[in-house]
Amino acid sequence: MTNNESPGHPTLHPELPVSHPTPPPIEGPGPLDGIRVIELSHEFGAFAGKLLADSGADVIVVEPPGGAEVRQRGATAAGATAEVVAAGEANLTWWADNTGKRSITLDLDESAGAEAFKELVATADVVLESDDQGRLAVLGVDHNDLMPLNPDLVWASITPYGRSGPSAGDQMTDLTMLAGGGPMWSCGYDDHTIPPVRGGGNQGMRITGNYAMMAILTALFARAEHGGQHIDLNMHAAANVTTEFASYTWLAAQLTVQRQAGRHAAPEPTNSTQTRCADGRYLNTGVPPRTPREFDALQEWMIELGLVEKFDLFSLLAFGADYELMTLELIATDPMVGEVFQAGRDAIAFISQNLSAHEMFVGLQTRGIVAGVVWSPDEVMQDPHFIERGYPTPIHHEQIGRDVVFAGAPIRLTGSPMRVRNRAPMVGEHTAEILAELGL
Amino acid sequence: MGRNPDSRAARDPSHAQALSNEPATALGGIRVCDFTGQLAGAGSTRWMGAFGAEIIKIEDPVKRGTWDILRGSPPFKDERRGLEFGSGFQNHNIEKRGITLNLRTDAGKELLTELVKISDVVAENFAAGVLERMGFSYESLRQLRPDVIYASNCGFGQTGPYRSFKSWGPVAQAVSGHTQNSGLPDMEPSGWGYSYLDHTGGYYMAIGILLALLHRQRTGEGQWVDMSCTEAGAYLHGADLLDWSVNGNSLRGTDEHGRGTPNSNRARLDGRAPHGVYKCRGDDNWVAIVCRDQLEWERLRAVAGDDELNQARFDSLELRLADLDALDEAMGAWTAAHDRWDIQQRCQAAGLAAAAVQRPSERIDGDADTAAWGLWPGVNHAAMGGVRVDGEPVHLSKTDWSITRATPTLGQDNDYVFGELLGLSENEIEDLTESGVL
Repeated sequence: MTNNESPGHPTLHPELPVSHPTPPPIEGPGPLDGIRVIELSHEFGAFAGKLLADSGADVIVVEPPGGAEVRQRGATAAGATAEVVAAGEANLTWWADNTGKRSITLDLDESAGAEAFKELVATADVVLESDDQGRLAVLGVDHNDLMPLNPDLVWASITPYGRSGPSAGDQMTDLTMLAGGGPMWSCGYDDHTIPPVRGGGNQGMRITGNYAMMAILTALFARAEHGGQHIDLNMHAAANVTTEFASYTWLAAQLTVQRQAGRHAAPEPTNSTQTRCADGRYLNTGVPPRTPREFDALQEWMIELGLVEKFDLFSLLAFGADYELMTLELIATDPMVGEVFQAGRDAIAFISQNLSAHEMFVGLQTRGIVAGVVWSPDEVMQDPHFIERGYPTPIHHEQIGRDVVFAGAPIRLTGSPMRVRNRAPMVGEHTAEILAELGL
Repeated sequence: MGRNPDSRAARDPSHAQALSNEPATALGGIRVCDFTGQLAGAGSTRWMGAFGAEIIKIEDPVKRGTWDILRGSPPFKDERRGLEFGSGFQNHNIEKRGITLNLRTDAGKELLTELVKISDVVAENFAAGVLERMGFSYESLRQLRPDVIYASNCGFGQTGPYRSFKSWGPVAQAVSGHTQNSGLPDMEPSGWGYSYLDHTGGYYMAIGILLALLHRQRTGEGQWVDMSCTEAGAYLHGADLLDWSVNGNSLRGTDEHGRGTPNSNRARLDGRAPHGVYKCRGDDNWVAIVCRDQLEWERLRAVAGDDELNQARFDSLELRLADLDALDEAMGAWTAAHDRWDIQQRCQAAGLAAAAVQRPSERIDGDADTAAWGLWPGVNHAAMGGVRVDGEPVHLSKTDWSITRATPTLGQDNDYVFGELLGLSENEIEDLTESGVL
């Protein structure tokens, strides 16, 4: 049952249905085919630019001479030569967040660079910028200068506190955004002498990019009737409204949630929902059985697995048939219901001592009981479900002479697909081509 | 309007238009036939409603809308309980119309058919295949309206081995890699302490619908938008995924059993140090501090004036990255003696990124920026009374959002939708209500 040789390497469970509908094809031009975006390179706007490029827009990222700041910071591709690394062409964050874009290098501090930028903006549908407060105005190329020249232009400013809030101009990174804006208060461990935790993967930048994308698409749709406009995105506000339960628990009830590992922060402590399985990996056990159907399924599964004799509380599970639905109130107030409910929880914990986390996930889900295996990001790309849907997407990188697996499109548009189209550009890779297009 | 009128418009004329009496809307004229629930679905049409689309939320009169478990779930505003008092449901469904329709009945199906004909979008986040089994697949909807946009959203998508599996935020976070990627070393993963991916599900469903609307605006064609919350989640890993596919480093865990995670408070792949969350004076008080380059580190040293931090062993980024445990310990020893707001203020005054970890009460009721933004608009709910809700983190200079209409009570807009939009008489609506169709 437990596969000790390759923990975490999923194998297709024999009980899964064998034939499935085929995923729709993901070819052809994207929904933003024909839309041009000018992105001033910055870590705040990079992910929004990727979303736009993966949607088929012509996204031109403007880098300073020598390349964007992020290219010289952090993890690089191990297979790249020292020369490639030094040139900023092996940076993993750049590769991840700039797929499908073109790159031009322009020095906005020089008049020729600023002029070329103006020419570019004149051809654009969208401008994406996160520049330091006031810098573009000094250079004569901010939204007040350039929007009148292009009445259909959508100009998105993506900044920590908005362009005119009380803290406009203050500094922010992913970590401080999630700390000050609320998400971090809800994340961490039951022990509060341990610091609260930032969810991994620079999610502050994702939240920012997702909201920028929604706002830009909304403004693009409104162009037909209203023309172009300015979007002022406030990252601190974006974090604040991406905190779910914590916010509305305060707004409605003036209660403060407290963080606890693996489950919702709540005003009062709740039961753990993370179980360590036989392979040492974790399972999110979701909502334990509360209906006759779920208790039946659990008993049948334990019989199949030959675990009945080993689980002392097995006979209690039969009483699950007596309650149409164990409401939270019933569980709390009726001792018998409480005992049967707890037996269901214990049964899942007991089975998980005998199966891997992935076997538990598939076994519970095929029996209609919600649960999730705790995969690492790479395991998602090796999981048969995601492979069958064609989700992992190989993209060639000549810097290391091979394909690299990326996550596929986040949404399947069957008529005009999103997809990861091409690798991130090299520094100024398209400068000559773009200047020629402009007739410069 | 969901904003504080005295601050922004006065200073920035480009925002003035949004304050006129008849605000222009970005999505006015778009109608959505909306079966979504929870946050992962309801969040998408919430955004569209705030920007002026007409959202018609359809609920089952037999189950009294309880398919959305948030309808009657805590937290509650006061001592009242029941299906109209769940605060999460109330937050997620503002700016929507609410109707009841029993799709087990032929008359109910016929009315849905009529509604689809006058809708631009049909949105749902049932388990895969549910709406299809009721007779409303994309193909059949297209017969009713050739340019319809049909958006489906579920945990694992409409195809593949897991297509029938059920999901909610914490499950999607587990399977898509976000739980394993969040936590501290030598511990179980902490994951996210809320349904982060339910927010994301709403964002991507909205993005999918908006992309399809733009495509239709240009080509006249509708399409089927199929979203899987776990795929949307796995799109968000950035360099953390490439660190595996390029360099072979898995986040599977720091011991042989996959237990423990890298320290997600550190900048593992981003080359920044210090980069951490540090204890301050008082109970459960913390401050996050980041230095993005050497210049910032020298400024932080000047702000702190602390002998430990001034040691030569921390002089360069390379040295600091080589011993992050020692650096974090020295940072924590400095901050522990100070007030978190004082550290935030002193760091920001020196041009450094620093923020106190804010409690909900602090960022909602004690934060000058969220107040000036108008981030917590109030609405008047028919059952709950006055409540505040989440606003939106963008302002559009011409067609800004507006949140004034509270979440509808069950069937609150039956007269408007079946009467005004579909042309039924009062008697017909009454009969349909009595016969259990509405």
